[in-house]
Amino acid sequence: MKASNAIWKERLKGKLPEPLGSELDQYEVEIGLKLQGKLDDKFFAETRLRRGSYGQRYDNGQRYDGTESRKLPFADKPGKGAGTQWDAPGMQRIKVPFGGLNPAQLEVMADLAEEYSDGIAHVTTRQDFQLHFIHVENAPTLMRRLAEVNITTREACGNAVRNVTACPIAGVCRDEAFDVTPYARVLAKFLMGHPDTMEFGRKFKPAFSGCAQHACALVQMHDIGYVAAMREESGQMRRGFKIVVGGGLGPVPRQARVLTEWAPVEEMLPLTQAVCRVFGRHGEKKNRNAARIKFLVDKWGIEKFREEVAAVRKELREDPRWHDMLREVDRDTESALRPPGKLPELGGDAQLREWVKRNVADQRQEGYVTATVALPLGDITATQLRALADIVRKYTRGTLRTTVEQNFLIRWISKADVPALYADLKKADLGQPGASSIVDVVTCPGTDTCKLGISSSRGLGGELRQRLLTKGVELDEAIQGLHIKASGCFNSCGCHHIADLGFYGVSRTINGYKVPHFQVVVGGQWENNAGSYGLPIIALPSKRIPDAVDRITGYYAQNRQKSEKFFEFVKRVGKGPIRELLEPLNTNFPAHDAEPGFYTDWGDPRAYSIGDIGIGECAGEVVSRFVFDMTAAERLVFEAGLELDKNDPQKGGETAYAAFRMAAKALVQFQYDDISDDPDEIMAEFKERFFDTNLFHDPFVGPKFANFYFAAHAGRADKFDAATAHHRIAEAQLFIEAVHACYNKLRTTPAAATA
Amino acid sequence: MELQHLVVKIPVEGSLGIDPAKVVDFFHPWVAKQAVPGVVLVDVAELLHVPKGPGVVAVGVEADYAFDHSDGVWGVLYRRKDVVKGTNAERVSQALGAATQAAAALEAGFPGLKFSRKEFELIVNDRAIAPNLPATYAAALPEIEKALKELLGHGDFKLARHDQEPRQRFGVTVTSAKPFAFAEAIAV
Repeated sequence: MKASNAIWKERLKGKLPEPLGSELDQYEVEIGLKLQGKLDDKFFAETRLRRGSYGQRYDNGQRYDGTESRKLPFADKPGKGAGTQWDAPGMQRIKVPFGGLNPAQLEVMADLAEEYSDGIAHVTTRQDFQLHFIHVENAPTLMRRLAEVNITTREACGNAVRNVTACPIAGVCRDEAFDVTPYARVLAKFLMGHPDTMEFGRKFKPAFSGCAQHACALVQMHDIGYVAAMREESGQMRRGFKIVVGGGLGPVPRQARVLTEWAPVEEMLPLTQAVCRVFGRHGEKKNRNAARIKFLVDKWGIEKFREEVAAVRKELREDPRWHDMLREVDRDTESALRPPGKLPELGGDAQLREWVKRNVADQRQEGYVTATVALPLGDITATQLRALADIVRKYTRGTLRTTVEQNFLIRWISKADVPALYADLKKADLGQPGASSIVDVVTCPGTDTCKLGISSSRGLGGELRQRLLTKGVELDEAIQGLHIKASGCFNSCGCHHIADLGFYGVSRTINGYKVPHFQVVVGGQWENNAGSYGLPIIALPSKRIPDAVDRITGYYAQNRQKSEKFFEFVKRVGKGPIRELLEPLNTNFPAHDAEPGFYTDWGDPRAYSIGDIGIGECAGEVVSRFVFDMTAAERLVFEAGLELDKNDPQKGGETAYAAFRMAAKALVQFQYDDISDDPDEIMAEFKERFFDTNLFHDPFVGPKFANFYFAAHAGRADKFDAATAHHRIAEAQLFIEAVHACYNKLRTTPAAATA
Repeated sequence: MELQHLVVKIPVEGSLGIDPAKVVDFFHPWVAKQAVPGVVLVDVAELLHVPKGPGVVAVGVEADYAFDHSDGVWGVLYRRKDVVKGTNAERVSQALGAATQAAAALEAGFPGLKFSRKEFELIVNDRAIAPNLPATYAAALPEIEKALKELLGHGDFKLARHDQEPRQRFGVTVTSAKPFAFAEAIAV
């Protein structure tokens, strides 16, 4: 614990906005009580999460060291809830509404990264910041220091309204209907701690976009999304929003559905409050895996959801803040520090030209541009944050934004200042070109720090970035425009569903060793606010993903039609040829002794498997059979995706169910050789042997994946449309991953295997 | 003034001569074997993709060890996170000792890698305790000089403020006329 915690408390006493100051005092008391064992684990865990203090990998006190799982010798103290050890470092998430920051805030972030973390601040895919390796007892001080510069961590995690994100070019965009920034700010303020948000069973993520066509805010993948629109009413142009609900990524992504095509801005707050009340009242509370609003919208259908929201809207008591909070919106605008200018001759500086090409974009306002500061994997040092603060002060009125691509965006740069700005950024090692291009790889924290990580998404992202940077401008122009996004698991924090090339971590067994893999996801659409989601086509060993990227991008460069976007290309050629291209990467595996590095993850020398798994003759036979059946199951999922691509959702949904059945049978067969092909028998045996015994339960999501199978079995005669078939296919893929995980577990606990 | 949360960084002497990524492999056994008494090491953070960044960090509860590249200078870094009891001299001694233990281990693990025996940075990683102001320097100087005389066994060294920029952390660069000894290497 820091020696200065008491100093900061005294220094900032009475200087923090209320009720935040009092809340932090209260949190500190709660930490003290928990340490004395006087607070309930569950209560403290939710309290901690609602203040943005998250757990981190190994916080349960167990760490696999390459040969065995060992206990980390944390001091014997009461836990922090949810099985976390008191002294285990945690992650602190820091909310940045619409990504808006000023230099003073950057400087505080720098100080905190240096004094409490490892010197790095991390920008997330939802415009937040994250600091890692934070001790819980230092968290209140850290929060006080943030509060001093008007930043809160409140409701950054937990079952709450998360950061309100927005298009980072709002206010300067050439295509927007109007600047959504003040509305995002108002909504964040209105919803924070609002009574109608206190009953949520899960998190709730809002996003604002100034237009429908660009990807800047990704509203289609949000719990609630607002797309700015103008409408003429009584001869006057009025501002309003198209509002969508029930979108989300996660294991099974959903496209948001339209709640209303247009609501005037005056209805933004009451309508949102009504949505929150409906979600709080009717959203799932017990099963957290079905508790996001998307499941409620699924269950009811959008029409019923819409009707319920309309009914609740009528019952809401008038709140003066609905209108009062909007009064200032037109004053809440940014402006330029320096006069507009013309872009000077760039001369022979190739790096500058490349940076201007990729990182600089014209604003709507003549003579000004935005400049993207591309961060490697979203990371920035304390020193760089201070340099950036100076740069922002020098060229702007002190504003900048974080982006969902884990970068910064500086706005209101006079075109005349572009070369000087680049020189200043370069001096701070912030002049990396390639923003929003293939080298600008987005990843979640993955196995680096996340408790749920299966494979190292950051390790893979770093490797891909380095290789692609080396190739640099030699890459075909079409390839340079692609987006790569990687998640360490199926939960999609790296947004793999909406990338041109998406990857998510899974594990497989090769030659008796666990090997980190990534599912390759293609066909996602970044444009149109995350307009469509991709599907996995094949799981490949992590170390072969760079080759996969080379193959896919090469194939695209050679075979694309003029101006054809990647997702259009995938749609035209189909996923089949792309999978065929990659299948050779799933064969000819090196022996472990010949190439042990193949069996480890990127940036981590530890053996990935739990090691020393004996492979006897008998086990070898079983492995072969299991692998054979699972390969068939995966092929069925792939074929289901192809059927969907061929506009045959019915066949797609039915084939996905066949994949479920095949995978379930493979697992049942591991214990019971004589299982038949009868769907009901497979289902019954699976339930009895794996579900009822909890063997299939995932440590984090419980019975979720088994429930996918049960639902698919029960609904095997259903009629499918494109959306329901897409969900069934995604669920089948997740079930297959869970079967792999269960199988690996069984192989290491022989008693269970033969039960 | 009680100097807590000290950071000591000893720069690499001469050319780097190693691939910093190899330090990831080097640090992992420290965590696996819990090689540092009194420090619970939790994981290894590889941050080499960040220019002039923290490099490779063995993250602990009470302290971190790093092969650090901040300010563009490679060096071994020890960062004390927990409070250390005792006098300032004891805290400086503890931090420098821990840094030299890590330096000795890295030198043993990477033939050709050498750390300076005459220079190191001593930083107070806490702006509330030690704001980076001339007044702090004036107040801390006698304390640090006294501690270093005890520790190095002589007074033949120079101190200079590490960085005068008020936003930076307070610290000094120590340049000794005579080589200082490294403690026994961290062993696994």
